[in-house]
Amino acid sequence: MTKSKTVPATGARPTRRDALKTLALGGAAAATVPLWARYAGAQTSEPIKVGFQVHRTGIGAAYGRWYDRTTSAAAALINEQGGINGRPLEIVSEDDGTDPKRGAEVVEKFATQHNCDIGFGTLFSHVVIGSAPRAGELKLPYFVVSEGHHVASGMLNRYTLQPGITDVKSQVQAMAPFVADNLGKKVTMIFPDFAFGHDHRDYFTAAIEAQGGEVLEHIAIPPTETSFTKYFPKIPRDTEVIYHVMVGPAVLTFVKELGEFFGPQRPEMFGFIDSLEAVDIGSPGLEFLDGTYFWEGNPRYAQDDQSDYDAFFRERVGVDANGASISDPKDVSTYAHMFGCWETLHVVKAGMESAGYQGPKDRAALIEAVEAMTDLPHSNAHPQGAKIFNGKTHQVFGHQYITKVVDGKLLLVHTTSIEDTFYPDEVDYTTQTL
Amino acid sequence: MSGDMRKSLLLHGGVLVALFTLQFVLPAYHHGNLARIMVLASYAAGYNLLFGYTGLLSLGHALFFAAGLYGMGLAMSQFGAGTGLALGGGVFLGALIGGLVAVLALRTEGVAFMIVTLMFAQAGYLTILYFGAYTRGDEGFVIAQADRVFLGQDLSDPRNRYFFAFTICCVSFVMCLSVVKSQFGKVLVAIRENEERARMLGYDVAKYKLVAVVLSATLSALSGAAYGLLFGYVGASFASVQYSIFPLLWVLLGGAGTVLGPLVGTAFMFYLIDLSSGLTTAYMLIAGVVLVCLTLFAPQGLLGELRRRFWRWLP
Repeated sequence: MTKSKTVPATGARPTRRDALKTLALGGAAAATVPLWARYAGAQTSEPIKVGFQVHRTGIGAAYGRWYDRTTSAAAALINEQGGINGRPLEIVSEDDGTDPKRGAEVVEKFATQHNCDIGFGTLFSHVVIGSAPRAGELKLPYFVVSEGHHVASGMLNRYTLQPGITDVKSQVQAMAPFVADNLGKKVTMIFPDFAFGHDHRDYFTAAIEAQGGEVLEHIAIPPTETSFTKYFPKIPRDTEVIYHVMVGPAVLTFVKELGEFFGPQRPEMFGFIDSLEAVDIGSPGLEFLDGTYFWEGNPRYAQDDQSDYDAFFRERVGVDANGASISDPKDVSTYAHMFGCWETLHVVKAGMESAGYQGPKDRAALIEAVEAMTDLPHSNAHPQGAKIFNGKTHQVFGHQYITKVVDGKLLLVHTTSIEDTFYPDEVDYTTQTL
Repeated sequence: MSGDMRKSLLLHGGVLVALFTLQFVLPAYHHGNLARIMVLASYAAGYNLLFGYTGLLSLGHALFFAAGLYGMGLAMSQFGAGTGLALGGGVFLGALIGGLVAVLALRTEGVAFMIVTLMFAQAGYLTILYFGAYTRGDEGFVIAQADRVFLGQDLSDPRNRYFFAFTICCVSFVMCLSVVKSQFGKVLVAIRENEERARMLGYDVAKYKLVAVVLSATLSALSGAAYGLLFGYVGASFASVQYSIFPLLWVLLGGAGTVLGPLVGTAFMFYLIDLSSGLTTAYMLIAGVVLVCLTLFAPQGLLGELRRRFWRWLP
């Protein structure tokens, strides 16, 4: 027995208002076609979740802010291009407080609560080292953007990779030929007395000696120091180059006091921009830096021969030609490092597409796909420059840039080759089980 | 057995049974969290022995936690010690440093004691950075998964980790309850309430305080060593002043001078940060407001307030 359908006597004829509503709904649905149609080829429209461990608070907050913006811009671009394997990319952010304990907790949260496909984005070395063991145990691919040597040193595990930014060992050793050939062979190093400073001390000392130079004095500054004048008399008089890397808020005082100590008769100076990331190079007190040289992972100021890729990257992230936010010229970016987030997400995309990644069961395949990568050409996906990824050490290698402060701007004077940054492998992660 | 004693045993035994049982029902994320909370609650319990029961406010307990952490980690990385020996080494180092600090710091009292303990902890932190060749300074180092095997059990396995953390929590519970219920514990409370009167009654106050510091340091070091073993990382940030403030905060929140308070305070603070960070990026503001409200409306902490209002027998 079936029920007969009856048509109500009233309301059967659509009114003009109903017709307009239908048209409006249909129009709206049609307008969204480009949004969902590009994901239609995927077996599932579930987003690929990337757990973004961001330094929102703590000492890394300035870096975290720009890592966040760069990551959002990269994710938006990838989604505009159709996502990954036809699925949209979703960034799940959690503040790690720039603290290794909280960092490990956040990694656990990504893996077991948010059900993220990967973890990503960590900068500060102690947070990476504190979090990586948990990522390995949880078998969560953990893509760090740290520039620490901890990945390539073999300290971590097969689930931790650094494919978007070079490490400090390769950066430092690539500087030595330029310093020895152009600035001088007798060097005094001033560095913070903690692990990052010790890395510079050890790697640069070996590298400059290989160039026929020598380090006359190592001056380690305790991390709690707020005034530096008492250290400067330790600088030998025959110093030709001062190599400095002073990370932290005391850098302005450091530069000011160094300027007062030397006056106009100073030796050549070479530093790492890490000290002055997110700091306007034209800030009062930094005039002493005019004519000095810096390592930059990516030149903050748009250069005369700027690549189209760099221009594209700046536009998408919202950075002007001076390396500051387009909405606030005083909000200076961490340009020498933040490209690493952009490039890492593009490596993740390429790796997932190569592995046919569908879900967490394919995490091991993703690791193997990234390990199989070698050449990463200069492109919109890699705007900092071409790179070579070493699948055994899980570390990428790339060009380094040396700029000179001229009239308050950083002008590019030298670009190293990728080969300048190579060193012998210290680990083969591919021998570890997945 | 008195009625109060029976209630106390029922409550604390019930909590331990609940903690044991939870491992079978909790989702993976909270399972891991609770393991971490139990280890850190042992640290807070050690702090509570000194602050809650003896009335000595230390701002340098990170020194003892880090002594356990580094004692264990360096024994493994530098001397190739096995897990059991390294764990014991960490606890011994914590007790030893506790004794040394006690001998010197107990010459002071009140605010001076706080400052002296803070300075000792800062000296410990800088010592870790100074010997960076061994400690890897602020970066710290990883305890390899292969080295984290205790009595044949892989401590990186979630179930083993939970059970080990539960055991540490039980040890701290039993130790605190034993101390609190003992004659020794009653003297500590007497010192807290009126040091001059305790001295006048013939107690060697200095000796009691010294033992309290060593016990507190030992428990903190046990927690530090266990934390490194369970989570595979040894780092200088655990020796920073922030990690001296944490146990004070956990104990104040949970209820100073209550055996269960450190566990409740540690869990409360952990989930306050964890849940509020899921709501807003300004989660520290939420945490701050909640802490201010708790301080205003439950100044004796959560369990302290329960004891004041309902459970006067709560140890």
